[in-house]
Amino acid sequence: MNLMTARTGGLAILAVIITVAPLGFSNSYFYDVGVNAMFNAIVCVGLNLLIGYAGQISLGHAGFFALGAYGSGILTERYGVPAIGALVLSAAVVGVLAFAVARPILKLKGHYLAMATLGIGIIIHIVLKTEAGITGGPDGMSLGNFKMLGLTIKGDQMWYWVTGFLLVLAVWLSLNLIESPVGRALRAVHGSEVGAEVVGVDTSSYKVLVFVVSAVFASVVGSLFAHKNGFITPDIASFFHSVELVTMVVLGGMASIYGALIGAVILTLLPQVLAAVEQYEAMILGAIMMGTMIFMPKGLLPSLLNSLKRRGGGK
Amino acid sequence: MSLLKVEKLSKEFGGVHAVEDLTFSVEAGHIHSIIGPNGAGKTTLFNLITGVYTPSSGRVLFQDRLVSGMKPYELAALGMSRTFQNLQIFFNMQAIENVMVGHHLHLDRRFLPSLLRLPKVTRRDRECRDYCAGLMEFVGLAKYVDADAASMPYGALKRLEIARALAAQPKMLLLDEPAAGLNATESREIDEVIKKVASTGVTVVLVEHDMKMVMGISDQITALDYGRKLAEGTPSEVRANPEVVSAYLGTHG
Repeated sequence: MNLMTARTGGLAILAVIITVAPLGFSNSYFYDVGVNAMFNAIVCVGLNLLIGYAGQISLGHAGFFALGAYGSGILTERYGVPAIGALVLSAAVVGVLAFAVARPILKLKGHYLAMATLGIGIIIHIVLKTEAGITGGPDGMSLGNFKMLGLTIKGDQMWYWVTGFLLVLAVWLSLNLIESPVGRALRAVHGSEVGAEVVGVDTSSYKVLVFVVSAVFASVVGSLFAHKNGFITPDIASFFHSVELVTMVVLGGMASIYGALIGAVILTLLPQVLAAVEQYEAMILGAIMMGTMIFMPKGLLPSLLNSLKRRGGGK
Repeated sequence: MSLLKVEKLSKEFGGVHAVEDLTFSVEAGHIHSIIGPNGAGKTTLFNLITGVYTPSSGRVLFQDRLVSGMKPYELAALGMSRTFQNLQIFFNMQAIENVMVGHHLHLDRRFLPSLLRLPKVTRRDRECRDYCAGLMEFVGLAKYVDADAASMPYGALKRLEIARALAAQPKMLLLDEPAAGLNATESREIDEVIKKVASTGVTVVLVEHDMKMVMGISDQITALDYGRKLAEGTPSEVRANPEVVSAYLGTHG
């Protein structure tokens, strides 16, 4: 019962924050930043299922994000597929691709897994850059608006509400999954693979499953991002973008859905605040990553909750 | 009736025979202990039986079905579950969630119903929680039901592994040194738990160094040394066997 209230409470607070935040938005630039923060948040909530809960790593998720974006771009612009169809089809292709690479890759552990996923990201980046005939190459490609059921999503404000709804949906789905038998099996894989195996958990299948789910999350957001921005370049598949995503999860809190969300929002807002020292962005990102690992390895939100609990318990 | 048959089983690690040409069987409903000095191959044998290792040669039959080469999770589905000498607890989870993972095979594990949190899944999950709380009580962990696994003492974690293995509702439970690292009182309590488990009809295979415990509760004992079978029989037969005595205490001269 306690858990039930905590989950509906958390979702309600999230919905309220999303609804109330625009009261402080003085122009459309704020909406734009808000949408980007929530895009990142959705990717990170998905990525956190893989990293935080199942204890695996991926340094290639920007690749899946980019495949979603380019899938939508190519299908809508070159083949006239409706935007929603292109989004679903791209997500399906990314899902199949993730499934195909996951089995051999997820046999690896630790550094080896990190290197292999890094390789996937790099391959995707290179393909997008060099297959100029299809992708437009380094010059990038433009896309039209996202149209669905006679409705056109355009303008920062409209995107804000759509993305806000999707973020709440993504958090709800992730909470459901984590608290289900499937989610427990995923966390058990993190705790002890052999321990999970001997009570009947097919650990390799679960690792593949969560890898595919997180890749599909990234792909869907990639598609939306492409339509929202109207223009994409291969750099969205870059290694730096993958690292950025992982840093968001690590900073906010591994194995904490709201933590990943908070990490994504903080690291999206940070460059806006630090616009004056833009050339040092990568350095600051690195410093945040190091600082988090040293001072709060569990991430911002779990560390905060822990210290609150300790203080509360002491009295 | 033999529940488990091990036939001419061998496992080689780079020329070292950890288990060599081993044949024995475990009767249904028995408490069967595997004993032997350190390095005799007991844990390797467990890993071979439960699918963690694949044998170099020989075979394992469970309920007359060839199971060597099967994965641990497949063996769990057939009714085999185990604990570990060096704990394999899910420290990132609550104690009761550890036990609930043990019940995994008996739950609705389909992806979409879980993702959408269908009422059927949540109801079944609540029943599972109650069932697992009962199991924790059964092994003497009632006060740790709401605890995080990471905050529990060593002795309690040993029992938690037993509860998790029982949650899988096995026909055969393999316990790898359940009393190692426990003091005399804790060890006696584990002893009681094992007897209680056996009385519910579960066949128990036990690896243990605590001779007092082994001699007290076993129906049958197999003694190993250097991966080979040294002796087998009832506790009194094995105790009287001169080869067992010399393996443990050394020979004169």
